Amino acid sequence: MERKKIPIRVLVAKPGLDGHDKGAKVVVRALRDAGMEAIYTGLRQTVDQIVRAAIQEDVDVIGLSILSGAHLGLTAKLMKRMQEEKMEDKMVILGGIIPREDILRLKEMGVAEVFPVGTNFAEIIHFLQEKVEKEG
Amino acid sequence: MSSLDRVHKAEEQWRQTCLGEKPVPEEKSTSGIHLKVIYTPGDVQNIDFLEKVGFPGDYPFTRGVYPSMYRGNLWSMRQYAGFATPEETNRRYKNLLAQGQPGLSVAFDLPTQCGYDSDDPLIEEEVGKVGVAVDTLQDMEIIFDGIPLDQITTSFTINPTAAILLAMYIAVAEKQGVPVDKIGGTLQNDILKEYLARGTQIFPPRPSLRLIADIIEYCKNHVPKMNTISISGYHVREAGANAIQEVAYCLSSAIVYVEEVLKRGIGIDEFAPRLSFIFACGPDLFEEVAKFRAARQLWARIAKERFGAQDPRSMMLRFFAGTMASCYTAREPLNNLIRGTICALAGVLGGVNSLHVTGYDEAYATPTEESSRLGLRIQQILAFETGIPKVVDPLGGSYYVESLTEGMGQEITKAMDQIEQDGGMLACIEKGKIQQAILQQAYETEQIVQKGKIVRVGENKFRSQEGREPDLILQKADPEVLRHQVERLRRVKAARDEKKVQKTLGRVKEAASAGENLLPALIQAVKAYATNGEMVATLKEVFGEYRELGSV
Repeated sequence: MERKKIPIRVLVAKPGLDGHDKGAKVVVRALRDAGMEAIYTGLRQTVDQIVRAAIQEDVDVIGLSILSGAHLGLTAKLMKRMQEEKMEDKMVILGGIIPREDILRLKEMGVAEVFPVGTNFAEIIHFLQEKVEKEG
Repeated sequence: MSSLDRVHKAEEQWRQTCLGEKPVPEEKSTSGIHLKVIYTPGDVQNIDFLEKVGFPGDYPFTRGVYPSMYRGNLWSMRQYAGFATPEETNRRYKNLLAQGQPGLSVAFDLPTQCGYDSDDPLIEEEVGKVGVAVDTLQDMEIIFDGIPLDQITTSFTINPTAAILLAMYIAVAEKQGVPVDKIGGTLQNDILKEYLARGTQIFPPRPSLRLIADIIEYCKNHVPKMNTISISGYHVREAGANAIQEVAYCLSSAIVYVEEVLKRGIGIDEFAPRLSFIFACGPDLFEEVAKFRAARQLWARIAKERFGAQDPRSMMLRFFAGTMASCYTAREPLNNLIRGTICALAGVLGGVNSLHVTGYDEAYATPTEESSRLGLRIQQILAFETGIPKVVDPLGGSYYVESLTEGMGQEITKAMDQIEQDGGMLACIEKGKIQQAILQQAYETEQIVQKGKIVRVGENKFRSQEGREPDLILQKADPEVLRHQVERLRRVKAARDEKKVQKTLGRVKEAASAGENLLPALIQAVKAYATNGEMVATLKEVFGEYRELGSV
């Protein structure tokens, strides 16, 4: 199996008005310390802005950080826009306050994995290294 | 040999004979202050009692801002909660009033806080969540319908749109026939921490500061009973700052606000008595108590020595505190009641003036009425069952607490001096320096939590098989609330005099460009039923919009 040599590129995005961005920012730091190229969008991003940034930055992964409870609606919107832009090769992961019963629904929409608040950095890093490199 | 020399000698001897050969492990407080294994009179020998500790109600207020503190009046017990609609908010307020609680607290939804109207398609998932939506004066009229504003005080958790919401409150008072110098309450109105931690900022920092100075100036002249700003360390603490940074950033921000108002030729004693503060209560009990004592002492010195205040009320750091939610765990949530109790105890032993105990379920749910009531019960038990309120500053005089208070004070001062050297708090925020420092601290803390070095019992230590995480209960946006709110906004817009709206908004723009105090123009626009979003859009034309620094 051929491994990707270049670093994994991740866009960490914060949609909606919620200002709690500690989680998003510390994950960006942790991914960088693990050798990935992680970019943070800043607060209050619309789905369109996130998709545009992902294209411009040519990332492998989009990570949404959502603590407001609006994860189902926002993720559905993002997946639809990504389909329109033919971005199915990009992986979507989610972090934040996500009830268990919603995780299955998110995965049905095409989310690769959900990392609720309290997940260890190592788990996220390991997942990305496994999935993105193998499939890349 | 003096008695202190004898103590030193005895301590050294004790160290050798009793403590023995075995080295004791090094320990630090949560924010990194080196801790001895025991404290003695030797550790407080350089702390001048009258200069540094003194008496409550007297400069430098280390022991409390009032002479008899809780023996005279208990701290006020405020439990913050948001209700979705103006009608429901009004009902809940009337209930509180009937129970004899005249101190009301308004939580607004995020669109209201960030300057969007409820019919904006960008924010439809957020309308009526975490608080009430206020688009126009009509919503404010409904919230306070049948509640004479001179018989209550209202606390507003509102920041960049504080001037607009204040204008609405003033307009409601006028419509009720209540003189505006009879209305009172508290505005959060602390914009600097929004850039650092809370995230509802709209305009760039400098015009935002001007709005705050407008509010302070206007209230000084017309609404003298309004506490015009609550300067917060709480939010940066929850965003990852430690206790030293929390106070350093908070007091450095206070300096920015004071200087902004002084520039207008207003004397310090004309407005400083209306400043108040917000801090967090964490679980490191003694460090928190020392932090509160040090903060009071430092602010008193800044007000007196730096700004030349004469009125003791200008020197008093009065504060509201909330117990930290970031030490709570979702696993075995009832443990959070115990954490909340200890955090609340830190606040009470530290001389808090007003306290909120975070609901034990906040790690996984929007607090229920039950968890909110238990927060209040914790406060009532501390107040009425423990005897703690009988004596002011009961930990004062402890060798350890006095030494730690001195240590915290020195570290906070050091951090504040560094900010001054770097050009002051405003410049540091504009350059992203403070944001970086908070993030660095948050990242380091998160790493040690994940390594189990900061213990969360039941989660990363003593984790039991039976302990489980409860299902998350999230507040969903209620489509009915959105529909209702959008419909009312449509009706208000249809009924208002459009020409008058445009004319008053034009005045807002003129006043903003000319550097006039914006409150009179905003009050006129509010009375013409201009919307929050329209007023914010008008101000954006003059002030521009804040662009977040991308660096992480």
